[in-house]
Amino acid sequence: MSSNFVNITSPHAHGGNSTSRIMLLVILATVPGIIALTYFFGWGNLINIALASITAIICEALILTIRKRPISFFLKDNSALLTAVLLGIALPPFAPWWVTVVAVSFSMVFAKHLYGGLGNNPFNPAMVGYALVLISFPVQMTTSWASPFFLHLGTIGAEQTLSFTESLQVIFSGTTSLSDAFSGATPLDTYKHLAKNETANEILQGPLFSGSENNWFAGGWEFVNIAFLVGGLALLALRIFTWHIPFSVLAALGTCSMIFGWDADLYVPWSLHIFTGATMLGAFFIATDPVTASTTPLGKIIYGAGIGILIFVIRTWGAYPDAVAFAVLLMNFAAPLIDTYTQPRTYGHDKANRGLPTKPDASDKEG
Amino acid sequence: MQTITLHSFDGGIHPQENKHQSTQTAIAQLPLPTQLIIPISQHIGAPADVTVSVGDSVLKGQQIAKPKGFISAAIHAPTSGKVVAIEKRELPHSSGLEGICIILDTDGKDQWLEEINNGSLAINEYLEADNELLINRIRDCGITGMGGAGFPTAVKMAVQNRTIDTLIINGAECEPYITSDDMLMRERALETLRGVQILLKLTSAKSCLIGIEDNKPEAIQAMEDALHKIHREHHIAVVKIPTKYPSGGEKQLIKILTGKEVPSAGIPADIGIVCQNVGTCEAVYHAVAEGKPLISRITTITGESIEQPQNVEVLIGTPVKDLLGYAGFKQEKSLFQKLLGSKSKTESKPRIIMGGPMMGFTLSSDELPILKSSNCILAPSQKELPANDIASACIRCGLCTEACPAELLPQQLYWFSKAGELDKAEQHNIADCIECGACSYVCPSQIPLVQYYRHTKGAIKDERAAQQKSDRSKIRFEARQARLDREAAEKEAKRQARAAAAEKAQAAKKAAAAEALSKQTTESAEGVDENTSTDAPAETKNPEPVDLEKLQKQLDAAQAGLKKSMDKVAELKASASEDGVENAPIENLDVFEKAVATRRDKVKLLALQIAEAKKLAPPVKKEVSREDIEKKLRAQKDRLAKTKERVDLAKEQGLDSLPALQKGLDKQMQKLKELEEELAQFDKAGA
Repeated sequence: MSSNFVNITSPHAHGGNSTSRIMLLVILATVPGIIALTYFFGWGNLINIALASITAIICEALILTIRKRPISFFLKDNSALLTAVLLGIALPPFAPWWVTVVAVSFSMVFAKHLYGGLGNNPFNPAMVGYALVLISFPVQMTTSWASPFFLHLGTIGAEQTLSFTESLQVIFSGTTSLSDAFSGATPLDTYKHLAKNETANEILQGPLFSGSENNWFAGGWEFVNIAFLVGGLALLALRIFTWHIPFSVLAALGTCSMIFGWDADLYVPWSLHIFTGATMLGAFFIATDPVTASTTPLGKIIYGAGIGILIFVIRTWGAYPDAVAFAVLLMNFAAPLIDTYTQPRTYGHDKANRGLPTKPDASDKEG
Repeated sequence: MQTITLHSFDGGIHPQENKHQSTQTAIAQLPLPTQLIIPISQHIGAPADVTVSVGDSVLKGQQIAKPKGFISAAIHAPTSGKVVAIEKRELPHSSGLEGICIILDTDGKDQWLEEINNGSLAINEYLEADNELLINRIRDCGITGMGGAGFPTAVKMAVQNRTIDTLIINGAECEPYITSDDMLMRERALETLRGVQILLKLTSAKSCLIGIEDNKPEAIQAMEDALHKIHREHHIAVVKIPTKYPSGGEKQLIKILTGKEVPSAGIPADIGIVCQNVGTCEAVYHAVAEGKPLISRITTITGESIEQPQNVEVLIGTPVKDLLGYAGFKQEKSLFQKLLGSKSKTESKPRIIMGGPMMGFTLSSDELPILKSSNCILAPSQKELPANDIASACIRCGLCTEACPAELLPQQLYWFSKAGELDKAEQHNIADCIECGACSYVCPSQIPLVQYYRHTKGAIKDERAAQQKSDRSKIRFEARQARLDREAAEKEAKRQARAAAAEKAQAAKKAAAAEALSKQTTESAEGVDENTSTDAPAETKNPEPVDLEKLQKQLDAAQAGLKKSMDKVAELKASASEDGVENAPIENLDVFEKAVATRRDKVKLLALQIAEAKKLAPPVKKEVSREDIEKKLRAQKDRLAKTKERVDLAKEQGLDSLPALQKGLDKQMQKLKELEEELAQFDKAGA
């Protein structure tokens, strides 16, 4: 018996939010950071972002075809684009094109779709791709970093950074033939190595650090980080994510580096930790990836703190210059366990039911 | 207005209110419908028992169904007319199940029951009346909660052993579109407050808080003004609360006004609070002060498909199509829809929702009636409340967790529901979900979360029922096993005891026999040999012959007695049939027949015992005479001769049966020899 009226269950009203809108907002929030990167370090990042985006979309379309899913429905949620943008930002500006392609395609196929697509992956796809290329192509990943433009003032003359076409050439020639004038180690790396021999004051007189107003910051990088901070705070205001994760990442990292960095002659000071490298990008854009992070409020704080501590540990005593990728991946492992043990209290209950569900057994009855 | 500290509950959403459409006009009276469909189950608890029959004429306010059991409510005729049918019809419920309904054809006279009309039922000094009288009146008038759930008010008010310190009146009406409580408070504030006074008296609460959302300033003002008129009451306060969905939920309102939380799986009375809707209060006033039962309610009819959205006072049982007709229902042309290009296939038909957009359910037809708890009929257009898009994957963004007023983790509940992990869902307190829909409202992937939770709650209930059934079966099985084991053990124990006793007797026998052997003859020796070859009968051999004789005597006596009784019965029966009188002899007949039965049983028992005894006893050695042996010998010789003949014949004809016959012959010759030996022995012994 068909009825003249449609039968749908409640609720009938919807707030109008959509996943594609959220992803798009996150991408837009990275724009200030991208502008800062381009200003200080040249066209490399933009080219990488474009390359990564195209690769990501093609890869996702291919794998959706293999999985026999409707392509446009899944592509339009912008998640592939977001992963590509984050990878484009995170990878060194002058990394050869194949490094980018490998990173992006691996993250799309292996770190996302093989687990079932969006929402089902346990590990942050961008960071999986990054970690893969970092370990597989260490030379390219460490020597392709650009040095900020102000370091070239006076040496080359009018040229401050490589031009667009020259950047394209470097990236697509596939060789690591970047001249020493344009490449450079990151400030964190530099400080760490120099700290073995020089005092803090001596290090900070060096060219990399003297470009900034205040010697406690690293040239160019602090603006990039501040730009990402601005973008992150905008997302916070739009309630895309909650304050728990970014706050605890920064707090943990800051606390650790303050404790150790008291002795600035031996350890990297906290200002460098917070305002160089991928810290702000990591805290606001990578660690907050909702699919792979913890979901309970207390769990988010523990998760973020874990990332902050691991970033500090790997940076200080590990072999890699930047540790955000590994820190995030390691905490991704822990997220389900953290969730199980940090359930919040529900209305009407005295305390929370934490831990795994217990099965009633015979001993309960006798007791 | 009294200022009390307001608390707040976690979560909540702010959907568009859309209330202004239906508050432009005063409450209208719906014209009398031609037919009313009145379900007997409009409340929580047992359906009411019908007290009228088909063809009865009823007056307005007459009881047509009485409450069944403690948690139940009465049903009354909303207008005068005739009962034309009492049958199963589809109920306005999300399940779409059917239930018994009383179909009433109205006669247009709208005539009240006489005792209500002349005011004889009015309780004038209700604030001094006995509590029991008031509660009985509320029960008799079929008052149930009018906020949506429909719990029988008389049951809620019968607080008995619990102390109530706060009475909370729910005027929040947090769902979008619904304005029936708003209009009620604006126009009938005084009656509502008088009802509140009655409830205050029944619960003997120390204070009463009326919670009204701040999007209803006119209602707040009207209630405040009415409160001034009732100068006796200092305990009632009107409290303005911030507008947030779902602050009208009982648990959430209690938290806002008092800061206390209702314990999970408990009721507000557990923490000394009773909560009632404003509509229920007004109904209580009319019931007590005028004797009028609950037969009508204020319902909002709204939505873009309604030409004149408004609030209407409808009789219970009015079909929805009367309401739609009155307010004007414009259906969208399907051609227009096609031009617009609707997204999903389900949207080609119009939608009628009973309730609000967040928790209301759709109706499958407009013939379904208005119930005591139907506060709104919402007929949205496609554009106004579009159906959800196809759900995409959950990105675990946590917006649902932020919105949940019960402080649950809806996201985890969704994953557990999908995976069928019912134990984890239960541990994450899915039972505390109030199904308000805030999580689905905010979900960016447009996942219909509440549907998953409803399904999982049902699955958990099913699983628990199956588990209980299997537990009971297990207990029964184990008890049976234990019983069988016990019986086997007892049997074993008896057998052991018998064996031990037998051994003991055997040993004693051996000792005695050894003694007797030297004195006695060959016969006794043989007797002893026989005895030792069998175990059990050995102990009973000596007393056996005596018992056997005694048993035999008893059997004879019993058989004689049985015969006597049977004769007597036959005699009685014969005389009775002669006289043709059935009465007097029958009593004696019973007695004699019983005697027959008992004696028969006794005979049977004795026969059985004798058979047993005979079985156990060894075969008595008969005195064998010489003639017997000679007779046997002669017979055997004859047989032998015959067999010899057959063998010779077989030899001649070369038959196959020859070897068998030969064997038979040999056996017979053996037997012959034995008999001859016996004879010889006999002679020797005799001599």
